[in-house]
Amino acid sequence: MSVKYSQDHEWVKADGDVCTIGISAHAAEQLGDVVFVELPDTGKTFAKGDDMAVVESVKAASDVYAPISGEIVEVNSAIVDEPAKVNEDPQGAAWFVKIKMSNASELDALMDEAAYKDFAGQS
Amino acid sequence: MADADTNTLKRTPLYDLHVSLGAKMVEFAGYEMPVQYPAGVLKEHLHTREKAGLFDVSHMGQAYLTTTEAPLGSDEAHEKIAAAIETLVPAEIKKLKKGAMRYTTLLSEDGGVLDDLMITRLYRDDLQGMLLLVVNAATKAQDFALIEKRLEGVATLEIAEKRSLIAIQGPKAAAVVNRLLPGALDQPFMSVRPHYWPASGDGAYIVVSRCGYTGEDGFEISVPDSHAVLLAKALLAAPEVEPVGLGARDSLRLEAGLCLYGHDLTPEISPVEGNIAFAIGKRRREEGGFPGADRIQKELKEGPKRLRVGLKPEGRAPAREGAEIQSTDGKTIGAVTSGGFGPTAGGPVAMGYVEAGFEKTGIRVNLIVRGKPLPAVVADMPFVPHNYYRG
Repeated sequence: MSVKYSQDHEWVKADGDVCTIGISAHAAEQLGDVVFVELPDTGKTFAKGDDMAVVESVKAASDVYAPISGEIVEVNSAIVDEPAKVNEDPQGAAWFVKIKMSNASELDALMDEAAYKDFAGQS
Repeated sequence: MADADTNTLKRTPLYDLHVSLGAKMVEFAGYEMPVQYPAGVLKEHLHTREKAGLFDVSHMGQAYLTTTEAPLGSDEAHEKIAAAIETLVPAEIKKLKKGAMRYTTLLSEDGGVLDDLMITRLYRDDLQGMLLLVVNAATKAQDFALIEKRLEGVATLEIAEKRSLIAIQGPKAAAVVNRLLPGALDQPFMSVRPHYWPASGDGAYIVVSRCGYTGEDGFEISVPDSHAVLLAKALLAAPEVEPVGLGARDSLRLEAGLCLYGHDLTPEISPVEGNIAFAIGKRRREEGGFPGADRIQKELKEGPKRLRVGLKPEGRAPAREGAEIQSTDGKTIGAVTSGGFGPTAGGPVAMGYVEAGFEKTGIRVNLIVRGKPLPAVVADMPFVPHNYYRG
């Protein structure tokens, strides 16, 4: 499946019922140099829109919201150890968490690449 | 983020240069200022500590204060202007040498800090009786109005509307400035020297101060608006120099343990509480004669009820302005006034106010970040050693 985006600048890539989630390249650029990442524990469940993680740059702290509901099945501790990775490869190696979806239909409400580009250009 | 109407914002003479360098411009103290350039805050910060960074600080207020009680150019004139300004600030100005500068505070009647500022005794013999004042951008209008009103009849204040201020900071700053303005290498720390620049032709009168706001060696150069772009470009042409925005200016001063007015110092806080008692002259501690002297002298003798201290969070999460400080048994003892990630310190650093009894280095506290206690220790400042020129 192709990558989808939330209005809070998270990206979501579904593989079966597990989604890999991170922050968009646009968000990483806006944040500037990332110096701190806090990720949830595996096993925790979130409803869509809940505060799920924290990312801080030299400028400010930002919440990362769950773009879909479900249970955390894996977290990327590499970005906790090396937050700068979030700037280097935000939509690749620097993914944040993997969530087992509880409601796959929530994916339909997310934007595709073209729609997100439009959206990010305006925000 | 404040979305102020950009039409009402002021621009410095370097605005177009910032934009051409790719700066991201933001509102700050009524001006459109560069918060960062394409290199980003982290690299700009590290570059300043390693080589030299150029900062536009033209939004700050510059003014000349001149005595009307004695003819300019005499020692008596200096004594008069020093006596006048000493009624508003607690620094030793009378004994300042020609061309020397002091960091001090403008005080309220309650001994609170209305602003922090630099006061310079001009270097030239014919300008004795004049002081150069450099104050914060956000407070300059009220500072100047207060000074003018309080010193009416003994001094006149001339705001230097048409002068820009360019800071160059970092271990390579002196070498760079010395190429344009010979003599800068040996200029004493916290002093000013006048120059004409460019040296050939119709040079502009520029005033070079060896001081700054990063903890590094460096200069602040007061230059007529007409020559500001030319000077900035000449400095940027040096291979050691990169432009640096307000973002890195803030992380640099935080690591250096320096106060940001309006955050770490406010009208409620005295210079003793603010841990800047060095801004109070030795003679003046005894004599008083400045606003709020009763409170300040009492705090000097008995210790203040609260004190600004350095704070080092354990782990990597930064604690930012407003975070509550608690004792390890959960009692509120103060708040963080500045905090963030220190790129050179390699981790989070902060400063804030704690109640008396909690100010000793090494005391363990908790900073409340996102509702959770973040363990931290009271730490010595600066977080990164100062690298000032000591001759």
